[in-house]
Amino acid sequence: MKQIDFSNSPRIDQVGIEDRIARITARSIKKESKMQGLLMALNMIDLTTLEGADTDEKVKQLCFKAHHLHDELPGLPTTAAVCVYPNFVKLAVNELKGTGVKVASVATAFPSGQSSAEIKLLDTKIAVDGGADEVDMVISRGKFHSGEYNFVFDEIAMIKEACGKNVRLKVILETGEIGTLDKVRQASDIAMYAGADFIKTSTGKIKPAATLPVTLVMLEAIRDYYYKTGIMIGMKPAGGISNSKLALQYLLMVKETLGGKWLTNEYFRFGASSLANDVLLQIVKQKSGIYQSNDYFSKV
Amino acid sequence: MSRIEVLKTYKIYIGGSFPRTESGRYYPLIVNKKTVANMCLSSVKDFRNAVVAARNAQGGWSHKTAYNRNQILYRIAEVLEGRKAQFVEELELQGISKAKAQQEVDLSIDRLIYYAGWCDKYTQLFSTVNPVSGSFFNFSAPEPTGVVAVFAPQQSSLLGLVTQIASIIAGGNTCVVLASEQLALCAVTFAEVLATSDVPGGVVNILTGNQTELLTQFAAHKDVNAILYCGKDADMIAKIQDLAIENLKRVVLREDGDYFDDKHESPYLIFDFQETKTTWHPIEVIAGAGSGY
Repeated sequence: MKQIDFSNSPRIDQVGIEDRIARITARSIKKESKMQGLLMALNMIDLTTLEGADTDEKVKQLCFKAHHLHDELPGLPTTAAVCVYPNFVKLAVNELKGTGVKVASVATAFPSGQSSAEIKLLDTKIAVDGGADEVDMVISRGKFHSGEYNFVFDEIAMIKEACGKNVRLKVILETGEIGTLDKVRQASDIAMYAGADFIKTSTGKIKPAATLPVTLVMLEAIRDYYYKTGIMIGMKPAGGISNSKLALQYLLMVKETLGGKWLTNEYFRFGASSLANDVLLQIVKQKSGIYQSNDYFSKV
Repeated sequence: MSRIEVLKTYKIYIGGSFPRTESGRYYPLIVNKKTVANMCLSSVKDFRNAVVAARNAQGGWSHKTAYNRNQILYRIAEVLEGRKAQFVEELELQGISKAKAQQEVDLSIDRLIYYAGWCDKYTQLFSTVNPVSGSFFNFSAPEPTGVVAVFAPQQSSLLGLVTQIASIIAGGNTCVVLASEQLALCAVTFAEVLATSDVPGGVVNILTGNQTELLTQFAAHKDVNAILYCGKDADMIAKIQDLAIENLKRVVLREDGDYFDDKHESPYLIFDFQETKTTWHPIEVIAGAGSGY
C-alpha cells in the first residue's frame, strides 16, 4: 500500500464549523420528526458502564435494561450495544444471548492507551475471545502529539488485525486531549486509512468529551473518505450527550453531512449512559402530553 | 422635548437566572387603565424548565442543615429590608395607599423572619417516638415533599407571595411559583431579592403569566410532588384535584386576599408540605426479658 502523508490532511476552518453548528442548534424540530428521531436515537445508544466500581450485578442490570428499556411502552427498540470492560464481556454475551443487542468492549489500555504493544494486543484478545462483537480502542495520544503518525497508524492496523473480520473496531481519538480541530481531522484520517470501522470521539473520562464541532469535523472526514474509497465508516460521539435535544441535533448533523444511509445503528452510535432515560422521558411525553418524572425509569 | 415612554419588560426567574420567556410573548400590567409594565407570558416550556431547575436544586436544599436554611431565610428578610423603598413604591403603583404599602412590606419581612425561625424547630414538634413494644424503636419524622407548584394569591402581590414561599422552602422543599397575573410587579422584584440573598438557584422559581393557560401542566406534570392553589375558583380546584391524582400529588388549598392576619403564621403551614417518614430501628429486647441497659 502506498504510504500516505497524514500531515497533508485538510485544514479546518474553525469559524466556519462553529457557524454551521450555531445554525444547526437553532433549528426547531417538528413533532413527527422528533418522535422518529427519538426512537432512532434509542436504537443507536451504546449503553455504557466503564467504572472501577463496576460489578457483575451492575453489568447484568445494564444488559437487562438494554432490551427492556421501558416495559410500560410496548414496541420500543432495544439499544444498539452494551459497552463494558473486557473482563465483563463473557458475562454480557451470556446475558444478551438472543436479544440482538451487541456487546462492545474497550481495549488497548483504556482509557489512557499508555502501555506496550503486547499488553494492548492481549487486552484486545481477551475481549475478542470473550465473544465481543465490537472493540473500542484508544489511540496513543502521546505518540500522535510527537508526530509519530506511522506509529499510530501501525498500532490501529495491528489491533484491527487482532479483531479479525467479524469484530468491528471503533477507534477512540480522545478529542479532548488532541486539541485543535485540525488535529482531529488528521487523527480521523489516520484511523480510517488504518482500518477502523468506526471512529469515536472520546473515552468519556476526559472533558470536553464529544462536542458538536468535533463531531462535524469527523463526519466530514468520513464523507471525504467515502468519496475516495466507497467505504462507509461509522461514527460514535461519546461522553456528555445526556439529553434528547442534543441527540437530535447530532442526528440532524449526520443526515445533512452524510445522508440517510448513515442513520442506522450500523453506522452511527451514541456512547452514553444517561441519554437513554432522557430519550424515554421525551418519548413518554410525546405520547401522553404530560411531563414525566425521572423516578419512573430505572437508574442503571 | 417629551421623552418616549420606555416600559420595562420584566423577566422571569428560573434556576437562579433571569431568562426571557421561551415563547417570546408578554402581557401588559394595567393599573387604573394605564399600562405600567410588560410582563412575560410564560409558556408550558418555561414551566418545564423551572421544574427541572427545582428538581435539581431539591437534593441540595433539603440536605442543608436546618440551621443553614434558617440563616438563608433570614438573609432574604435582610435584603428585603434594604430594598423596602422600592417595594413600597411598586405597591403604590399597583394602587394601594402608602401607609398600607409600608405596612405590607414590614409584615413581609417579619413573616420571613418568623418562618426562618421555624426551620430548625418544626421537625422536633412534628416528630415522635411511637409506642411500640418489641426489640425496636419506631419513630416518625417529617421530610420535605419535594417540588411544589404554586398558584400564588391573585389579590395580594407581596405579602401573600412571601408567606407561601417561606412556608414551603422553610421545610426543605423547592418551588415553582406562578405570580399573581395583574399584580406581578413585586413578584419579579422579589425574585431579584432572592437572587442576591444566598438562596441556591432553583430553590425558588418565579413565573409570570396566565393561570388557566398553565393549569393543566401545573397539575399534571409528574415530576411535581405537590400543588398549592390560593383561591376559590371551584372549576380550577376540581381540575387540579382531578389531574393531581395521576401521580398522587399532594393538593393544598389556601385562601386568596388578606394575608395580614396572624393565622398565616403557623408551623402547620410548613407541615402541609411534609411527608411523614417512619423508621424502625432494632434494639435489644427490653420489655419482656428485663432491661439489659
